[in-house]
Amino acid sequence: MKERRLVAIVPAWNESGAIGGVVDEIKAHDSSIDVVVIDDFSADDTADVARAHGATVLELPFNIGIGGAVQTGFRYALEHGYDVAVRLDGDGQHAASQIPVILAPVLAGEADLVIGSRFVDPGGAYRPPFARRMGIRVFARLVSVLGGQRVTDTTSGFVALDRMGIELFAAEFPHDYPEVEATLVALRSGLRVAQVQVDMRERTTGSSSITFVRSLYYIVKVMLALFVASLRRYPRLEDARR
Amino acid sequence: MTPVRVSIVGAIASILLILVVLELVRGRRLKERYALLWLVTGVVLLVLSVWRDGLNTIAGWVGVTSYPPAVLFAVATLFILLVLLHYSTVISKLTDENVDLAQRIALVEERVARHSEVDEGDAQVVQTALVESGADLTTAPQEK
Repeated sequence: MKERRLVAIVPAWNESGAIGGVVDEIKAHDSSIDVVVIDDFSADDTADVARAHGATVLELPFNIGIGGAVQTGFRYALEHGYDVAVRLDGDGQHAASQIPVILAPVLAGEADLVIGSRFVDPGGAYRPPFARRMGIRVFARLVSVLGGQRVTDTTSGFVALDRMGIELFAAEFPHDYPEVEATLVALRSGLRVAQVQVDMRERTTGSSSITFVRSLYYIVKVMLALFVASLRRYPRLEDARR
Repeated sequence: MTPVRVSIVGAIASILLILVVLELVRGRRLKERYALLWLVTGVVLLVLSVWRDGLNTIAGWVGVTSYPPAVLFAVATLFILLVLLHYSTVISKLTDENVDLAQRIALVEERVARHSEVDEGDAQVVQTALVESGADLTTAPQEK
């Protein structure tokens, strides 16, 4: 069987302190993975650091937000004919050592999209603050109901995709509230979605793009986006599956 | 009944609006496709200002009995809402196109950077080969 080409998609915004380590860790873990860092118009030297560590860097000409940045990576993967993509954050919260865990269902041909969830296993180590935990749970329930399949973590930025997933997300990726809505888009489009337990680290540098103050506002906006997204029609992909 | 003054002021304001929009289009500062809704607004307001019986009749239909010109305000407000909504759709489309462009630029720039790197590498290889073969690099090759 032909060797499948793997790409790691790493969105980064002002992550010069962490990005080098992230790239090194992926490469040290599996040197056959091409690492693509999407620099969403950082003010610091994120792009140079990533390049110096051997990543391919896509530099956006202005800040377009996490969703648009990630989609740039999917478009790159599509254009360059990658078979499998794994997406992880540029702040170092996703451990490269877990890449095989998240890739396994895709490589086995069992799933088109694998979500690295922090809550599959109830005894998982990750305990977010109360408000965030509630938000995550509400989104998970909502997406589960609207998408017709139980998911436990819709805000995870740690996912793996096969070619079909890459094609879908390159064409159709929500820009505003990407992770939550993307999960719904995938389910609605008929992708086979699986989830595996992963542990995430606390970020070491930089700060989360979601501050506590904005959390409630965020929840309302995401629910609205989910509602609208569920009214939309998506191409059913299972017909295209060979 | 609609006071005559309201009709006159309404008509003048509508005509001004139409003239300003036409002038902006003429001077290419406003695209026709965005001017259309404004012109319709101006014409509808002009008609309702001048056609006093019409305004009174419509006011009767919608239950405005005490002061028919209120309908004029209501119609103006409705059209302004339409224009704003139209602009929201235009902004959304521009935003999508902007993101698409930014993504394309990032992808193309990466491609260009990679190719120019290769080109420089090639030039280096050629030069080394020439030096090794003892070619005289001080005389530039003849341009065709």
